[in-house]
Amino acid sequence: MSEQTVIEAVRATLQSEMRRDGSVIVLGEDVGSRGGVFLATDGLIDEFGENRVIDTPLAESSICGVALGAAVNGFRPIAEIQFADFVWPAINQLVGEASKVRYGTNGVKAAPMTVRIPYGGGVRGGLYHSQSIEVLFSHTPGLFVVAPATPYDAKGLLATAIRTDDPVIVLEHKRTYRLVKGDVPDEDYTIPIGKAEIKRPGTDMTIVTYGLMLHYSLQAAEMAAVNGIDVEVIDLRTLRPLDEDAIAESASRTGKALIVQEDTPAVSISSEVAAIIGERCFFDLDGPITRLGPPELPPMPFSPIQEAAFMPSPEKILAAITKLSEI
Amino acid sequence: MAFNIELPHVGESVTEAVIGKWLKAPGDTIEKYDPLVEVITDKVAMDVPSPATGILTKIFATEGETVLMGAVIAEMDTAEEVVVAPASTQSATSSPSASRIGTLVQGANVGPTGGAFLDTSLSTPEPTPATSDAGKGISSGSRSSLTRKKGFSPVVTRLAAEHDVDLDSLIGTGLGGRVSKKDVLAAVEHRRVSASTSYPRGIIAEGEDEIIEPTPIRRMIADHMVKAVSEIPHAWSAIEVDVTGMVEWRTANKERFESENGVRLTYLPIALSVVAGALRSNPRLNSSWLDGKIVLKKAINVGVAVAADGGLVVPVVHNAADATVTELAGVLDGVVPRSRSGNMTIEDVRGGTFTLNNTGSLGSVWGGAIINHPQAAILTTEAIVKRPVVISNGGNDDIVVRSMMNICLSFDHRIIDGAEASEFLQSVKSGIEAISSDSDLR
Amino acid sequence: MSATANNPSNTTEQLSGARLLELYQTMVLSRYLDERVWLLNRQGKAAIAASAQGHEATQVACVEATDPSKDHYLIYYRQFAAMMALGTTPEEMLRGFLAKEDDPMSAARQFPLHGAHPRVDLFNFSNVIATQLPQAAGVALADKLKGSDAVTVVFFGDGASSQGDTHEAMNFAGVHKLPLIFFCENNRYAISVPIEKQMRVESVASRAVGYGFPGVLVDGTDVVAVHEVTKAAVDRARAGEGPTLIEASVERLLPHTTDDDHTRYRSAEDIAHMAERDPVKILSALLKRRDLLNDDSDAEIHAASKKRVNVATDTVDAEPYPSVDTMFDHVVDSVGGNF
Repeated sequence: MSEQTVIEAVRATLQSEMRRDGSVIVLGEDVGSRGGVFLATDGLIDEFGENRVIDTPLAESSICGVALGAAVNGFRPIAEIQFADFVWPAINQLVGEASKVRYGTNGVKAAPMTVRIPYGGGVRGGLYHSQSIEVLFSHTPGLFVVAPATPYDAKGLLATAIRTDDPVIVLEHKRTYRLVKGDVPDEDYTIPIGKAEIKRPGTDMTIVTYGLMLHYSLQAAEMAAVNGIDVEVIDLRTLRPLDEDAIAESASRTGKALIVQEDTPAVSISSEVAAIIGERCFFDLDGPITRLGPPELPPMPFSPIQEAAFMPSPEKILAAITKLSEI
Repeated sequence: MAFNIELPHVGESVTEAVIGKWLKAPGDTIEKYDPLVEVITDKVAMDVPSPATGILTKIFATEGETVLMGAVIAEMDTAEEVVVAPASTQSATSSPSASRIGTLVQGANVGPTGGAFLDTSLSTPEPTPATSDAGKGISSGSRSSLTRKKGFSPVVTRLAAEHDVDLDSLIGTGLGGRVSKKDVLAAVEHRRVSASTSYPRGIIAEGEDEIIEPTPIRRMIADHMVKAVSEIPHAWSAIEVDVTGMVEWRTANKERFESENGVRLTYLPIALSVVAGALRSNPRLNSSWLDGKIVLKKAINVGVAVAADGGLVVPVVHNAADATVTELAGVLDGVVPRSRSGNMTIEDVRGGTFTLNNTGSLGSVWGGAIINHPQAAILTTEAIVKRPVVISNGGNDDIVVRSMMNICLSFDHRIIDGAEASEFLQSVKSGIEAISSDSDLR
Repeated sequence: MSATANNPSNTTEQLSGARLLELYQTMVLSRYLDERVWLLNRQGKAAIAASAQGHEATQVACVEATDPSKDHYLIYYRQFAAMMALGTTPEEMLRGFLAKEDDPMSAARQFPLHGAHPRVDLFNFSNVIATQLPQAAGVALADKLKGSDAVTVVFFGDGASSQGDTHEAMNFAGVHKLPLIFFCENNRYAISVPIEKQMRVESVASRAVGYGFPGVLVDGTDVVAVHEVTKAAVDRARAGEGPTLIEASVERLLPHTTDDDHTRYRSAEDIAHMAERDPVKILSALLKRRDLLNDDSDAEIHAASKKRVNVATDTVDAEPYPSVDTMFDHVVDSVGGNF
């Protein structure tokens, strides 16, 4: 057991998985000597060499296309997209191609590939270093999408992703990389895809969230507790498939649901969670299913005052909790 | 693969059932067709078999719960995939330790393109929604702000119906006086406490009274009786029948009949045969009041009320008017013991159109039975007793000892009037009295 | 390293006369089956077909230069003759076109010629043009990392050469000196858009210089020439010398697909002129010149092919479609997902 940040947990997991399985390779821009722009692959090239830690040309489509080709020919590639904002040229190779390999070949081929994508804002990243890109992948049958928010979950879910025989998109929130520090067991473990976790039990309402917003929601829940409002916080952890049972069980039990996300709300993860609660918990609801997200603007302004205005914060979440609790 | 076990649709016109005892527990390995759970409908108590081979993983419907047919009552996994959800299933109380969720490190920021950038652009904390436009576009759900006083949430409506709470009588503590889930639960709790305190508590405290939690089947019977009495306007009529001839016939034929047919000869099949014949000539007695219309039933399926261990059950003899006494005796010989031991099939209780209640076997001489909803009438055959009877013969009145039996009819007065009831009773009476020791009953 | 005209080196092995005759038989069978599929479309039985008529020589000769026991083939929708050359039976081909239960490529989930071959490492994941090129680079990268001497051949048309993925794949393959053959079948039309509206340069092969590996232009109607240039590229790849871009110039004798009408954009002269470049006729003439074939034996080959196609059509036409239940198979492997 040791205390690690999220980025340290990611790095340690990449290293241990590469030691464990010789077919695991890493490829992406600057993943070699530079160690990745966030240092997720720092030192890997020294231990595993250029053949397994591959600096690619600056071309996202081929990073993912090459990873797919290597995946159907015996390897377990981990492609790193430098920033989520730059994944769009690779969407065709992921949503269009990788997701359909098993289905389109009637199970003859499979693509055991992992794509790590740092995403999210609150880092003064402006429009092109702040985006939340989870919805498109989460909409795609044939892909798994995980979004760990803690060092413990980052290790367990990344290990699961690498060992999974189908494409897994691993979304790592940039701001959590060094902000969140927690205990990570030294021993090997995995976390099943599709399982949410109650990070804080409560009785008065359920917050459903993921990513950086988990931590903001936990802070808000503590503040609400002072006012006698007992908030349960569910960390989705996996965005596809969503853990419908965990969502429905909690919302039915508390009777109120607040969904908190950093992504813009229209046609998003929160839309889907709201639909699940509406379908499965209707007769247990004691208030409107409520969503908290940023305004519908291209995310997100570079100006510090506007970035702060855009991002959900613990204070904004607390305000939403209070409002919903008063209904 | 996990799949849901649904409460099967058993029997026509049955829409719900009460869950009895679970015969398997989560984690148990079950074979296809293994008995899984006892289920009680208002027609039958039965064991629901497992639809597949595998492992029972979850039970959703608990003992005593009333469940709609087709509803999911449990979940199982097929044997191929032996995954009994390990740490992944979480109870409300299991959540990770704070150290595993992580703490936030002050100043450990990530810069816009990955570097370590400590953003000092804003010296003041993030603006709160209260002080700026920052809240724009948030909290979509509460935008419609439930300022309405009226309008109950789904859970409030459901709880009020379940616990029979008058919502208008409650003072809500929610926004604008809204009645919340907590308010309803508080009202239910208050009523429970005050109800128990308003009873003479001393008796219970002294431990002289015993409180029995009714079994599911007892509760089902109770509901069914309440429904029959509250919906059907009952009327009653009774008549004396001279059964001396029937008694003599039975005495004369009992030995032969039992050795020939291998079944016990009681009065029940004889009475049943006569009643079925009388129903054919009095079709109004064999009907139902449904949606403001009288439905004359073509089939004559006579239910026979039987006292069983768990409570009253009513196995049905189908097409009784077409059967001989021998055949009826055979059917009853099979179905009555089955119903007493709780091993009835759906077919045994399906489709009854009239009920015969043989309370005479218990020594009763008169009864006002409750009609078996939605039938039109129920007939009781009472105890056979020897009595001095005045018989007029050619102007002379003689007192003789005869075997006498009362038959009592309860009927739905929406469908049947006294005259029709009497006509029916008369045809039963004459049918039985026509039997003598030398009758050729088959 | 510039584009060169067809000038095969003397060191590559030549095809034997007997083998040449076998390739001819494959081409004729492919032609008959191709024509049949077109007819089945007109009967309303085959929903869509893209013909390889005019491309047969180049596909058959290319495959001949490789080793199906270990090499990889990433094809696109016009690789009808290549699939035949790799041992796909007429029945198997027809099952794809008629969307029958036993379609070996995708169990009729995908268009014909899409999916993965059951016996050879030949696959075609999608209808999206040029996506197979980066994937082929990945397949070749895997072989290089494994130390395998397998070669990957990725087929594409002149239309695909305009795609960004083509550039990315060639650049990546050049950087990593991958055992990869970029095989472009240039029939001069991207559906209706002619070559002069697709590129300013004379040939696709001329672009190879920009990626640091050889580009070769070859007459795609000439079986011997295509075989020789491909063999040279395969040898190069196996020896670890990196990729080669081969551009085979061919004719697309029929419209783009059964849904297209090329008289809307091609002149009557142009269409008539194509007949002179029919590879089946060209190879037939060559075989006759070399006394490997005469009119009688040629007629026998045609008659046998036609009979073979008739048998296959009757068989497959009577076969069932896949049941709806199978639609739910193989979405993803279940690892905790609840799809």
